[in-house]
Amino acid sequence: MVSLNSYLILSAILFAIGTIGVLTRRNAIVIFMCVEMMLNAVNLTFIAFSKYLGNLDGQIFVLFVMTVAAAEAAVGLALMIAFYKNRESIDVEDMNMMKW
Amino acid sequence: METLFFLIVAAIAVITSILVVANKNPLNSALSLIMTFFCLATLYVMLEAPFMAAIQIIVYAGAIMVLFVFVIMLLNVRTEAARRGKHALFLGTMTGLLLLIQTWYTVGSGSLAGVRGPVDSTLIAKVGHTELLGTALFTDFLLPFEITSILLLAAMVGAVILSKKKL
Repeated sequence: MVSLNSYLILSAILFAIGTIGVLTRRNAIVIFMCVEMMLNAVNLTFIAFSKYLGNLDGQIFVLFVMTVAAAEAAVGLALMIAFYKNRESIDVEDMNMMKW
Repeated sequence: METLFFLIVAAIAVITSILVVANKNPLNSALSLIMTFFCLATLYVMLEAPFMAAIQIIVYAGAIMVLFVFVIMLLNVRTEAARRGKHALFLGTMTGLLLLIQTWYTVGSGSLAGVRGPVDSTLIAKVGHTELLGTALFTDFLLPFEITSILLLAAMVGAVILSKKKL
């Protein structure tokens, strides 16, 4: 029987790796993928708690998180394509059009 | 046996997620991320949530990641010109590690509290995981479920507007 803490720590490791990716990468699509990874780490926490507390509400939350992730991916990737059409690049350093 | 299996799957998940961050080529990152999602689906099966595992593979590995790979190939971004500067790399990694240490400490110092709910292995085996989820979704969580459809509609309209020729 795997303990709850193992799942929580695995989820924390995945979340931390995702954070490092968001903070250190420059490619906007890779940053997006790291955000997806962080969302997945949280999903793992939800499902682990749901199992160990014997309550399904956490898994319903995971369904909603997945919906939001799908919506976010669609809109975000459309934004990237619109940005690429303007600037020929998806480097986050080039996203400075709103800089004063 | 179960612990060994968990350790193997967790190790693969961590290694592939490190590869997502470390790979220079975004396409390789995307493929590593798909592997991470498969590992998470395996863990969901171990946590007696087979429906979530199926959704994880169908929606995440199947739909969202295909969209990512499609966009990477469409934009044809082979490799990054340069990483961030040394300072940003160091600070970002330190922030991530700090987060990890803090979470680890919090997880280690607490214990599971609260009232145990009615769902356990025998109930899931008898009724079925999908049916339990569906019942909860269409009774207790009906309003959030309906609001989700509005969110999806808004995302769809947003994606269509953003991809117009003349923005």
